[in-house]
Amino acid sequence: MDNAGFIFASYIITFGSVGAYALGVIRRSRKSSRDVPRDQRPWL
Amino acid sequence: MSKPSQNSSPENSSPKNTSTVIATARLIATKDLRVELRSRVLLNQVVPFSLIVMVMFAFALDSDAVLERVAPGLVWLATLFSVLIMVSRSFAVETADGALDQLRSSGVPAMGIFIGKTVALMVQLLVLVTLLVGAAVVLYRAQVSWSGGVLLVTTAIAATCGLAAVGTLYGGLAAGAKGRETLLPLLLLPVVAPVLIGATRATESAFGTNGIAISEGWPWLGLLAVFAVLFSVAGAVAFGPLLDD
Amino acid sequence: MNTTDTTTAPNSSPRDRVTGTTFTRGLGVVILAGMILLVILGLFVSPPDVNQGESVRIMYAHVPGAWLAYLAFVVTGISSAAYLWKRTRSLTWDRIAGASAEVGVLFMGISLVTGSLWGRITWGTYWTWDARLTTTAFLFVTYIGYLAVRGLGGTHQQRARRSAVLALLAVLEIPLVHFSVELWNTLHQEASIAGRGTDVEMDGLMLFTLFLGVVVFTLMYVWLVLHRQRSLALDDMLDDSGLDNALTARRAEAQGVAR
Repeated sequence: MDNAGFIFASYIITFGSVGAYALGVIRRSRKSSRDVPRDQRPWL
Repeated sequence: MSKPSQNSSPENSSPKNTSTVIATARLIATKDLRVELRSRVLLNQVVPFSLIVMVMFAFALDSDAVLERVAPGLVWLATLFSVLIMVSRSFAVETADGALDQLRSSGVPAMGIFIGKTVALMVQLLVLVTLLVGAAVVLYRAQVSWSGGVLLVTTAIAATCGLAAVGTLYGGLAAGAKGRETLLPLLLLPVVAPVLIGATRATESAFGTNGIAISEGWPWLGLLAVFAVLFSVAGAVAFGPLLDD
Repeated sequence: MNTTDTTTAPNSSPRDRVTGTTFTRGLGVVILAGMILLVILGLFVSPPDVNQGESVRIMYAHVPGAWLAYLAFVVTGISSAAYLWKRTRSLTWDRIAGASAEVGVLFMGISLVTGSLWGRITWGTYWTWDARLTTTAFLFVTYIGYLAVRGLGGTHQQRARRSAVLALLAVLEIPLVHFSVELWNTLHQEASIAGRGTDVEMDGLMLFTLFLGVVVFTLMYVWLVLHRQRSLALDDMLDDSGLDNALTARRAEAQGVAR
């Protein structure tokens, strides 16, 4: 594949950054939820 | 901006009184200009700053031909950088002793405050731009003909109006917040890009740089006018909600 | 991308989930499957383009990223308006606006980077000053400014109002910037290189892959905004309860002193 490096880099950057952001959000949620009473989450 | 009003401000529940708004605007504008006249911050600090910027450009670009060609852009770049400081100052004056909070809770119409501060800022900017154009004529060998001069003056009015409106609006948004000194440039510069583009192209026509005809500058003036009107209206409307708490 | 079950018991009760729900669980599974399919099709199975060659594969990530970034900002704008309108005022709209802007910045960043890589292959440069690219860069910076304003502190309501006004100003400003840059660009003496090599003759599979990309990215957007919005809600609750705790502690102190 021509320019395989650029192409693979694009996919890695794309899905990698989305995954990293998702992980960050989840970790942040876990940290905050430790001090919040369980019954206060309207989405559950 | 952290002081809650005890009751809803009177002018929100009654129809807007235009004469109050105008009276407020006049009051605030003269107050701001008087503060400037007495403290001479514009004269003693901002003007020297912008002139130094013009000189620095010459060091960086290091070629008379290039300088003459980009002179219009440099004038407006120096103006933009100065706007950042001037807006910061315009609101530092208010928030230092909580003056803005007290203004608001005393029922003064926010639209009047906005118009007043915008007018004051615009006047100061016009003075600045005039000086910078003079500097460009001297330092960069820019040339202005009479017809070019008309275009230049109208460009300056439209551009400074837009800059003043946007500056006052975003200054109000960031006023009293921590970290606003670094935040304001980040917020303001992208927004004023159309002014930079329009004012520079119009000034190019006025200077006759690169043989650009004066007639080509008028469409850009149109862009500047649209910008000024849009943000003046948006600012007048949004300033109240921004200051309310 | 699965939800935040803190226990490993096979029958974990919903109580143990943080920001996940059954819906986001299912969504996450679908997204994973879609991602795998997209990568397989995009990188390997779909054919190279007649004009662009292999570099068209980047488009399957770049184009959906750009679309979703625009969608995210539209959502931010609408949520901001919903917050400002008295009848629908609710901090949930504010949090949706914030979450959507964050995800929008993420996707726009991806779009700019992948577009830049694509440009390097196709045009030989990482950047060019054509109207769309320049406006996109402005949009990017504008929303970074928006996120910075959200971090300014103060009460939740102050944050909400400030950023809502800012978002609506951005909706006003971006078309202006786009128009100015386009006007500026058409006067540029240099030939625009954006015209070259952007034509893609889409055959069936390529079109499908692109469509799949948009679907997968949209689902990712929904998943991310749902979780992030709930995470912001938790943060706000924490702030509030922290304030409550502090007030309670002060009162207890005062009582102890008064005795």
